Amino acid sequence: MSRVKDFMISGAVLLLGRRRTSGTPAGAEDRIVPVGSPERRAENLVLVLFGLVTLCGAAFIVLYALDRVGHGTQWLGLALGAAFALLMLACVVIARRLVVTEELAEPYPEPQHPAAQGEIAQIVEESGSRFTRRRLVTLAGTGALVTLGLAALTPAASLGPVLDSSQLARSPWRRGRRLVDGSGRPIAARDIEQESFYTAYPEGGDREQLGAPVVVVRVEKGVVAYSKICTHAGCAIALYRKPTFPDTQPKPALVCPCHYSTFDPADGGKVLFGPAGRPLPQLPLVVDGDGNLRAAGNFTSPPGPSYASVRRSEAHT
Amino acid sequence: MKRLAIILLLLAAPAAQAAPPNAGVVTGLAQGKALFAANCARCHGPRGEGIRDQGPKLDDAGALSADFYLRTGYMPLDDPHSQPWRSRVLFSERELRALVGYVASLGHGPPIPSPQWRRASVPAGFELFRDHCAGCHQIVAEGGIVTGARVPALGEATPRQVAEAVRVGPYLMPSFSTKAITPAQLNDIVAYVQSTKHPDDRGGWGIGHLGPWPEGMVTWLLAASVLVAICLVFARRSRA
Repeated sequence: MSRVKDFMISGAVLLLGRRRTSGTPAGAEDRIVPVGSPERRAENLVLVLFGLVTLCGAAFIVLYALDRVGHGTQWLGLALGAAFALLMLACVVIARRLVVTEELAEPYPEPQHPAAQGEIAQIVEESGSRFTRRRLVTLAGTGALVTLGLAALTPAASLGPVLDSSQLARSPWRRGRRLVDGSGRPIAARDIEQESFYTAYPEGGDREQLGAPVVVVRVEKGVVAYSKICTHAGCAIALYRKPTFPDTQPKPALVCPCHYSTFDPADGGKVLFGPAGRPLPQLPLVVDGDGNLRAAGNFTSPPGPSYASVRRSEAHT
Repeated sequence: MKRLAIILLLLAAPAAQAAPPNAGVVTGLAQGKALFAANCARCHGPRGEGIRDQGPKLDDAGALSADFYLRTGYMPLDDPHSQPWRSRVLFSERELRALVGYVASLGHGPPIPSPQWRRASVPAGFELFRDHCAGCHQIVAEGGIVTGARVPALGEATPRQVAEAVRVGPYLMPSFSTKAITPAQLNDIVAYVQSTKHPDDRGGWGIGHLGPWPEGMVTWLLAASVLVAICLVFARRSRA
């Protein structure tokens, strides 16, 4: 509260003080800026503009307080924007038509004391007289700075595996692992319908791992499972294109919603369309004694988006 | 005796369930048959047995599929190779009932569903929609594309049509059995789709219904171009 009081007092002093100085007219010989002819019209315009700014500011406060006006955000933005625009106009008018301006031309100074400057150069040159092996020291200094720069760049290596990309090919799938649905129930092969698609995870595996989710569909030859992660940029394959009447409609495909990479589930996840550069990794399946789906091994290729050496690596656990 | 007659009539035309049973059902079947011959038989065959490379057989389509395809204007389709799209419904209400009844009488397809979505859970529907539908239809049901087809927005779809489409899987859409999406879950999905028709766009015009930042982007673009224009005017003035 006392701070508010301080502010008010200092504000009052500022206002009154200014009035006092402007109240005493300076003699014509003391002036730096010449007297300009009064511009009543420009002054009036500035007054009107300031008044409008005040109105717009007040409108912002009122709109904010009301809070129930339709399109409230737009009106608030409009009020504030108009206030700033009008303020800018007022400043422009003041600068161009009210403030007295004059141009002062002054020659650029001649270079002073050339002798002294030469002296400084000489001092710098002579200060190194203690160095007997100048080139070696320069080399050492350069080496130190370059090494420091490289050290600062080193953490960039953590952005991606440069030398060891094997961890990218890791997958939680292994032989005999059951496929479970989102709520952890095992998936029976006979429940996989031809018209639909399913997402499955490794039983007891880390679902956050890139290789964990698989998409399961039934094609004419049977049930197949593919990694749900697109081999292009790693989006989830969330689209399954399934014709109602295959005679006249495009054939079934798994489609990535990000860049429309399209994969053929009936042909090893071959790329039919789009930017993906390699087929979807397929998960070999077996049906166990209870009729549930189990992995018969690991993916046919590393799951996830592609990288430089992906075609040479294999999925591993 | 009267009750028996009504049951017989119902058995004869399972699709007429939606309509009150009346004496017009049998004549409705005849009318439906005539309409089918005139509008559908060219691709689906005279008795809905299907024609290769033209149209699928309809014996198991049922009232559900017929109601969906006819009331969305998806059928009749001019070219059997083009994607059915929402268009003007060509039949009157009476003709629709007759046709749906006739298609239903061709086999043992499912009846027209009546989703009870008003008391269903929108949050649960959101999660189901996200998992099953949003890949193609987008999370706010605004539609999009899939390779080879357009994906319709769901703004005009009635609750019944949404429920039907999930089971039918029209064109390239997968279909979902009652095992994949239970009727209760379907109600939740319908409730969510209904909620996307009147989204709660806080503080704005809701461009794309993605929150405030698309509007912010538009505002910035407009403001930036205005500022650039003002700068240009100033530069020209001061040069003059």
